[in-house]
Amino acid sequence: MDKVLMIDYEKCTGCRQCELVCSVANEGVSNPSRSRISVIKWESEGLYIPMSCQQCEDAPCMSICPVKAISRDRELDYVKIDYDGCIGCRTCVAVCPFGAMGFDVIDKKVFKCNLCDGEPQCVRFCEVKAIDYVDANRLNILKKREAAQKQSVAQKKASTLKAEI
Amino acid sequence: MALNRKIASIDLSTGTIEIKPISLEVRKKFLGGRGLDAYLLYNHTEKGCDPLGPKNTLLISGGILTATCASATARTHIMAKSPLTGLIGSTNMGGFFAPELAWAGFHHLVIKGKSKKPVYLWIHNGEIEIRDADNLWGKTVTDTQWAIRKELNDEEIKSLVIGPAGENLVRFANVMTGIKNAGGRSGMGAVMGSKNLKAVAVRGTMDIKIAYPTEALDYNKRFIDQIVSSKVNQTQGILGTPFIWGATNSWGGVRTRNFQYNQCEYADDIEPERIDEIATETMGQYHMVSCFGCQVHCRGQYKIPSGPYEGKYDEGPEYTSQGAFGGEPDCKNAVTVLTGNHLVDQYGMDNLETGSIISWAMELYELGILTKKETDGLDLRFGNDEALLEMIHRICFRKGWLGDTLADGGIPASEKIGKNSFDYLIQVKGMSNLHSDERATPALALNIATASRGSDHLRSRPAIDLYHLPEEVLRKIYGSPIPYDGPLSSEHTSYVGKAWMVFWQENCYMGVDCLGICKYHTVFLGATHPNFEDWPKVLYYNTGLEMTPEEIWEIAERCNNIERLFNLREGLQREDLKKGDMLNHRYFDEPCTRGAPDVIGARIDREKFNKMIDEYYQHHGWDKNGVPTLETLKRLGLDKEPSHLL
Repeated sequence: MDKVLMIDYEKCTGCRQCELVCSVANEGVSNPSRSRISVIKWESEGLYIPMSCQQCEDAPCMSICPVKAISRDRELDYVKIDYDGCIGCRTCVAVCPFGAMGFDVIDKKVFKCNLCDGEPQCVRFCEVKAIDYVDANRLNILKKREAAQKQSVAQKKASTLKAEI
Repeated sequence: MALNRKIASIDLSTGTIEIKPISLEVRKKFLGGRGLDAYLLYNHTEKGCDPLGPKNTLLISGGILTATCASATARTHIMAKSPLTGLIGSTNMGGFFAPELAWAGFHHLVIKGKSKKPVYLWIHNGEIEIRDADNLWGKTVTDTQWAIRKELNDEEIKSLVIGPAGENLVRFANVMTGIKNAGGRSGMGAVMGSKNLKAVAVRGTMDIKIAYPTEALDYNKRFIDQIVSSKVNQTQGILGTPFIWGATNSWGGVRTRNFQYNQCEYADDIEPERIDEIATETMGQYHMVSCFGCQVHCRGQYKIPSGPYEGKYDEGPEYTSQGAFGGEPDCKNAVTVLTGNHLVDQYGMDNLETGSIISWAMELYELGILTKKETDGLDLRFGNDEALLEMIHRICFRKGWLGDTLADGGIPASEKIGKNSFDYLIQVKGMSNLHSDERATPALALNIATASRGSDHLRSRPAIDLYHLPEEVLRKIYGSPIPYDGPLSSEHTSYVGKAWMVFWQENCYMGVDCLGICKYHTVFLGATHPNFEDWPKVLYYNTGLEMTPEEIWEIAERCNNIERLFNLREGLQREDLKKGDMLNHRYFDEPCTRGAPDVIGARIDREKFNKMIDEYYQHHGWDKNGVPTLETLKRLGLDKEPSHLL
């Protein structure tokens, strides 16, 4: 079954543990600038949004790569970089609409989320489940359930209000 | 790796900057963070220096584990001689500053001298620059931070800043970062202000190599699971620290109307559930946020629901604001607590000190010691919310006679006000007590009396003493890493064995402060939380440094003794009401009148209290006057201080 990262930014507490464990697991160092996931913040509004690779079906990075070094890994269904072929031109960094492709200035190579070979560390450490790893076909049903719950709460509130009036 | 993080000395008078490594020898003696800062303060200040003069040294640091896989390694520590107490000044704050400092290549900053004009420090990837801050001076806490980001064109910059209170040398001004992460208590913001240092901005993208990444990740996960599985942290993750205020108030441990009552009655509007309701209404279901790498997420978010500041966004309030702007002045309105919290956050002023000192002034006003002449016409009675908020402005901007007087702190204010005003001032070593009332809890009373930075609950409070844990559980916690077979009592009203618990907690909190971990991740609110036995593994997996629990205990003892030596050098004397290990007479003379049956009538027994202090000194290896014996100093390798290793 294909699994995907599901990000629910409302639940994010902005702790950036995901950035820490991503860089430790992938590079053996603590350094958010080398993390595949980043929590983008608007502190003055209290808004925190984790951003990572969406593993697009029709991935711009894959289409634009001049040496075809980016392909889809069929087993885990993610967009994969072939470092033997990669020439480090950074075109993929330029075209990614999410800023999910990074360029590592230390190792001089592009990098992106590789789902940690099926055990994403960001998910393992996110206690509030702002990041989760779920079956792709369950993405929308989970959303539906949450939206339905909110609707039901709103409905109950409205009917109480009516009763009070 | 963490061990190659450097120390930088910055002289603001001359503009010179010197960057040095921190030797392994120094690490093995003091680890880092608060412990190493205490060593540096003792070595880099002269006896009797003016806390607001150029000769005071300001230290800013992260712990040895900052930004590594050790759960909640977000803490920044700041130290200097305190302009509030004249003794050790120290503050420990969460947020995201210390990790960024570590990624920028540094663990410790030693800031000396005084700049001729306002400046800020810009630290990035191993480099330090002193920059003009003329355009920042006068700005509030958040405006300063956003202006720095704009100027340097980088939204990821983290800054430590002072607000107007620090600029105006309010002696309990804070250093702040983010929306409300506060380096409070003991006036470190005033020290920054006195040096014309408006901010320290950092940005780093340097690797911190983890010694054993897989093991570090696995152990970190275990650590986190242990913490978040506890009920206390789960509650904290929903209600934040306000839940403590609610719980403590229910049995009568919250001082109200300065010190007249030990319980705030009819306070539904400032109970944690009500604060949570406002947070949910204004910020949505998920309104709890975290410091770096922490899964407890104890910080609330809110918008002020009504009043002159309606719609303003802030974080918190912590239980200190509930106490300071709710219970103590007897202003039982959520909007007042949230507004007061917002004002001190933006001004960069200690909420606890501000609320306590205003409540003291309220009592003096009701007693007729202060009149409308001194208050410039303000009706400063208890329960007057508007007067409370007005006094916050006046203190920050030193407006009016009373605003200017209170801005200098309790003891100088009591000397200016005169009469018997000092008798009503609830302080130790010149720093106001937390809103908690310790008359029914001798262990907690001993903690605030002996805390090194003045009355304080975060230096040695055995908070779990309130849980009535079975003796065998207490023995398990307090009997290691150093064996203890003396008496221990599960009863919170008892004096038995409490000196050991306070001594143990003092070393435990020093331990986390050296490591750079938050106190919520050790034995503070949670009895089962990681401590000495767990730290060697975290230290080893992340840094490669090998240490035993006993060695970390000894480092903590060493660092606590350095703080003691500093305080003694600056004039601490055991029974001095203004500079000693002594409580206000009201703790001994006025019994509690409200609360649970075993709390009503409670007060501290002076004789038993003195005996407890004796015992506490003995555990430390100090003499009857609280001075470390030569034997103790030799054992800890402190007999030749100052030794100037750094």
